Amino acid sequence: MRFSIYRYNPETDREPRMQPFELEVAPGMMLLEGLLILKQADETLSFRHSCGEGVCGSDGMNINGRNGLACITPLAGLKEPVEVRPLPGMPVIRDLVVDLSQFYHQYRSVKPWLTVHEPETEVEYRQSPAERDKLDGLYECILCACCSTACPSFWWNPDKFRGPAALLQAYRFLADSRDQATAERLSDLEGPYRLFRCHTIMNCVEVCPKGLNPTKAIGEIKELMLKHMI
Amino acid sequence: MEIKSAVPRRRFDTLVIGAGGGGLRAALQLSQAEATVAVVSKVFPTRSHTVAAQGGINAALGNIGPDNWHWHMYDTVKGSDYLGDQDAIEYMCRAASRLVVELEHAGVPFSRLDNGKIYQRAFGGQSQNFGGEQAARTCAAADRTGHAILHSLYQQNIRAKTHFFDEYYAIDLIKDDEGYILGAVVLEIETGEPLVIEAKTTLIATGGVGRLFRNNTNARINTGDGMGMVLRAGIPLEDMEFFQFHPTGIAGKGMLISEAVRGEGGYLLNKDGERFMERYAPKAKDLASRDVVSRAIATEVREGRGCGPEGDYILLKVDHLGDEVINKRLPGIRDMVKTFLHIDPSKQDIPVFPNAHYTMGGIPTNRYGEVVTGVNGAEDVVPGLYAVGECACVSVHGANRLGGNSLLDIVVFGRAAGNRIIEYLGEQRYHRPVSDSAVERALARLARWDQKGDGESVAQLRNDLQRAMEHYCGVFRTEDVLREGLEKVRQIERRLPDARLQDHSKVFNTARIEAFELENLVDAGLATVSAALARHESRGAHSRIDYPARDDVNWLKHSLYFKEGGRLDYKPVRLQPLTVEPFPPKARVY
Repeated sequence: MRFSIYRYNPETDREPRMQPFELEVAPGMMLLEGLLILKQADETLSFRHSCGEGVCGSDGMNINGRNGLACITPLAGLKEPVEVRPLPGMPVIRDLVVDLSQFYHQYRSVKPWLTVHEPETEVEYRQSPAERDKLDGLYECILCACCSTACPSFWWNPDKFRGPAALLQAYRFLADSRDQATAERLSDLEGPYRLFRCHTIMNCVEVCPKGLNPTKAIGEIKELMLKHMI
Repeated sequence: MEIKSAVPRRRFDTLVIGAGGGGLRAALQLSQAEATVAVVSKVFPTRSHTVAAQGGINAALGNIGPDNWHWHMYDTVKGSDYLGDQDAIEYMCRAASRLVVELEHAGVPFSRLDNGKIYQRAFGGQSQNFGGEQAARTCAAADRTGHAILHSLYQQNIRAKTHFFDEYYAIDLIKDDEGYILGAVVLEIETGEPLVIEAKTTLIATGGVGRLFRNNTNARINTGDGMGMVLRAGIPLEDMEFFQFHPTGIAGKGMLISEAVRGEGGYLLNKDGERFMERYAPKAKDLASRDVVSRAIATEVREGRGCGPEGDYILLKVDHLGDEVINKRLPGIRDMVKTFLHIDPSKQDIPVFPNAHYTMGGIPTNRYGEVVTGVNGAEDVVPGLYAVGECACVSVHGANRLGGNSLLDIVVFGRAAGNRIIEYLGEQRYHRPVSDSAVERALARLARWDQKGDGESVAQLRNDLQRAMEHYCGVFRTEDVLREGLEKVRQIERRLPDARLQDHSKVFNTARIEAFELENLVDAGLATVSAALARHESRGAHSRIDYPARDDVNWLKHSLYFKEGGRLDYKPVRLQPLTVEPFPPKARVY
């Protein structure tokens, strides 16, 4: 199978280039396994990876123009040469490794932690199964950045627009029956950029490797805002 | 000398190495107590391997049926095959409920029962009333409990303003002439530049060493970095011969299929469609403890009752649970099986085989998380050094860990170590001086890989090591095979100085990180095989065909492996609990 992989080492390269590779692939092989074999032959090829099963979120990259996790992207069925590039829109540190500082900054900015103002009980807070169901599709996010780096609004304003991943987490706490910071969370998202730069392009939904739907979460936040205004 | 003094230094009260659940729980305790904390992690915190824990965390909340911490303690002692230290086990099981409630308050989205309480499921080795009916003690967030806990702990640390050094790799501890640990030399992966982090206290929370074995359920970061660091600092590793093989890894691939699948009612079948666990564990059946189930699967395959064209796996039957249970309680497993096997577990059985999973042994500590050294019962505390989680050996897991006790271990002892460190910081008002020579030792390790030229690659040596460990130190062990295995691993150790990197760049050089990891893997491998060869009995996960029985007269003791000379020593098991009567060793039947 033929690959074309984005290479850039700031110590030696003036500009990035695409490097062709060829590899014999076994049936059922995932892209990460392919990259690891290529790295055994050329150890300068750099990328992040860890769990190999789609839960740690390390190996987000752009594969034939679409963001995804290398470890759960089967090679079979990919158009050749398989073009592998770093996640788009972020500064490239080296090869497929991007600087995600802004992505993490936006995540931290939505205060992604449960806030309860009442005194703590000695037992668990009660939550009905129906209330808990509201967190499904939200809490599973692995912060791989595939969504935010596929979002044109995030490309243009990564410093001002929270981006789909952070907004999904903002809604994860708004939707939690235990959380008591609804008003603060909503007011923190006001203004023309933080939330409202989302133009429902839905790239985030299209690429999320966990099948989550940030656009829907953003819509829910907007609806909550409306309710709170009235 | 110029270069050395040019290494920048930062100063904190506490340095935490590793950002999994243990490191983050300790960091949270410390940040809330207004200590300055630096958390160094070679990956962004939520990528730590805690994220992959599936089934849940044990606590005798009694939300499903009667339960109490004392029964949990009994199960843990029995599960450990009586090698666990009973003071630490009592401490952990007593603390469990409080710690789980605390996690819930921190935001963990546990699954719920109709009455709004935390959902609990049955797991292996759990009983009511000291060996009676099956208990349901494992608190779960679907089958993503580790993910839910790790993210919540990271979030709480952001709130507490813990200082993170993301993507920094710890090279070595800094130790002064009086034996105090004073921080570590770390490497910023993005720039390739070293940094000295001075700290009054250092907590190691670097996780296990599952990457020692070719087929394993572990993330690629699980390379025993903390274990390598303490060995190089002259501190031993405890009970390294006890390595858990999880019964249900996806056959040939290694991804973990949670014990929760059997907890929810799944069971194992051999090629004759027989539910064979009934023969090995008449009462607990598929929910016997992991060492028992793994040996049963390996035995079925060895004796020709394996499934598939090669007869090399066993089937895990799930389809009878129905779509609702699978979608609600095991959605992660469903997705993983679909992704990697292209089958739907609600329609087809899952091929499984035991895979290397968990390091019971590790850095010797007491129940306060303090690293202790010394043999024959003397427990000298290494001043300034702490360890928690899979890299540590308290020992609450003894010879075999129960499912659901590892997430518990990390939060209980993460918190305990945090509290102990706060006490120590109260006594140690000032940083002790860090001499250049102490820093130089660690920098030498860095310089070694700058050597250019031809030599074996890191990948080659790592592959050879993983194959040797799997072949010579697997589920079943014998004297001859282990002896050969020790020689193989020693050969790899001897080849290591001639290995060379081809990539000598600085910026995000992952090849260099893998070289450091390999050094740690080799040291952990030597510890594991050496201790396994010496232990002439079968206990928990350590199963010797030539010594099939447990031998409490000669072997009811912890092993200690020292890097210098590959020396072994032993210390007694702490059989006296804190407040209750001891559970004396007896035959272990499930």
